[in-house]
Amino acid sequence: MKEQSTAKPKARRKTKKLREQGRREFLRSTALLVGMVGASLVGLIPLIGQANARLRPPGALKDRLDEQEFFSACIKCGQCVQVCPVEAIKLADIDDGVGLGVPYIEARNQACDFSCDGLQCVLACPTGALTHDIDYPAETRMGFARLARPGRCLAVRGQPFKGAARGKDHPALLRFESVDRWNPIPLAEHPFDLPLCDLCVRLCPIEIRIAQCEAGTPPSGDPNQCPPLHAIRMQPMPNGRAATPVVEDGCVGCGVCEMVCPAEPAAIVVDIHRSADFQ
Amino acid sequence: MSYFVDSLRQLVGLKPVKPAPEQIPIPIKTIYKEKRETPLTREALEAAEAGHARSANRHKWRNRRWITLIVVNLLFVVSYVLDVQLVEGALTASRVIGFHLADLNSALQVTLAYKHIVINLLIGTLTVLVLWILLGGRTFCSWVCPYHLVAEWAESLHLWLAKRGWAIDIQFHRTVRAVFYVVFALLALLTGYTVFETISPTGILSRALIYGPGLALLWILALLAFEVLLSRRAWCRYVCPIGITYGLVGVISPLRVQYNMQSCHHEGDCRGVCMVPHVLDVTIRGRAKGLTTDIGADCTRCGLCVDICPTSSLSYTFKGLEKAL
Repeated sequence: MKEQSTAKPKARRKTKKLREQGRREFLRSTALLVGMVGASLVGLIPLIGQANARLRPPGALKDRLDEQEFFSACIKCGQCVQVCPVEAIKLADIDDGVGLGVPYIEARNQACDFSCDGLQCVLACPTGALTHDIDYPAETRMGFARLARPGRCLAVRGQPFKGAARGKDHPALLRFESVDRWNPIPLAEHPFDLPLCDLCVRLCPIEIRIAQCEAGTPPSGDPNQCPPLHAIRMQPMPNGRAATPVVEDGCVGCGVCEMVCPAEPAAIVVDIHRSADFQ
Repeated sequence: MSYFVDSLRQLVGLKPVKPAPEQIPIPIKTIYKEKRETPLTREALEAAEAGHARSANRHKWRNRRWITLIVVNLLFVVSYVLDVQLVEGALTASRVIGFHLADLNSALQVTLAYKHIVINLLIGTLTVLVLWILLGGRTFCSWVCPYHLVAEWAESLHLWLAKRGWAIDIQFHRTVRAVFYVVFALLALLTGYTVFETISPTGILSRALIYGPGLALLWILALLAFEVLLSRRAWCRYVCPIGITYGLVGVISPLRVQYNMQSCHHEGDCRGVCMVPHVLDVTIRGRAKGLTTDIGADCTRCGLCVDICPTSSLSYTFKGLEKAL
């Protein structure tokens, strides 16, 4: 009898202690859950006001600035980065939140010049985040070029251009079919001597394709490669000495004009919230 | 059947059950009884451990595993740097000599968020599924995941600090990992964003290796600091949904670690080195229900227990091929 009475409270104390331990473990675990899930939700913050919207590679599943489908479909593997011949594609860092590991293009530094012709990034994408619905450069809708600073445009000012488009030290690559059909070369190694600057028109990948098609030699011998519409042209000004670059409906927003513009900052830029389909 | 049930219980974080006396067959009971009657002396145990510690093989599986992990991750890096197109992409999704491969958990997150079945992803996922069914499921964690390796080194530091009282090991309820799994799946489904990928150290480290470091590495450092100072192997043990995804694959994998209770000394060295020690509960005296027991699917097949066991009571096995091997 005596033994029983001493044993019982002991057992109860132990249960109480166990229960207390269990309660603390539950609270700790809940804190871990809330903390980690909270940390992951911080990744949604850069979506506010589409702060993490960027110029995306060809075919990105986006609608104006809404990149939700693109972010969700992208598996963040970087296969698009690896196939790009001009290394235009970069992967976003953690300050882009849920955009982490998603590809983007900094056109001023290195634009997509479609020198792969076949949209290699689209072909490489395992999830169709870069939609497989497009086959040719003219079908892409990355953005839309705009003469943002006409006052800085050499053509508008009626000025010639001589030298490397972005200076001797700029690392940008561009393909010049006249130099090498298969390998892009540094822009710095291809100097120009122009009585009136027209680099944005002259180097526009869409305009180059149209010229090739008009000459009867479409890219890769494939007439489907021929763009249906012009992307940019030079509109002579009444004084006869200057001209204004005018962006047309064939512009796909690749950003080559922004990259090659010798003005600093660039006179012509690509708007990521516009495209040939909605302006 | 009990292997599947035990494995699933482990994966959702339920406590291992102690078998009732009637569940233990007579021959096994006899072996336990014999062990009780001729207890292992401290000298004999120390001699066995010392002998084992001297053997050249005591890091055999760890070394093989580290080499495999480093080689797999370097293949991605070298392939891109040298542009040989052998392994393109990162651990989340890749192409190996042209064949699509996709990490099961990343593919799951993308499918839940995007709500489309992508055919390339499906092909890649099925290929990887078959691969990891053959190789053991969570084998991915210890033999491929780059975070596992840095966390292993951080764990050594944690143990060194803890021995001196400079670090503590806060333990959480293991069920929280299953809750994480459900929460991250729901977040992908409801928000339409692959929320988990933002904090996944596996993806971040794999991309950092291949495409160069970035700010995201600060998150990895924060996780490692938490593990070193406050909670041993916390990410892999209590959080990572990738572990559960591959754990579920491991449930039907024939590649397992097998425990032999007859030669076991029950001294517990294996549980000391194991990242998921609950899977080794069967090595506690009186827990085994048969002469040999397969370790459940939450086991990462890392081989640390195989390496440390002084009596070789733990070994790799491939079900159905035991005789051929």
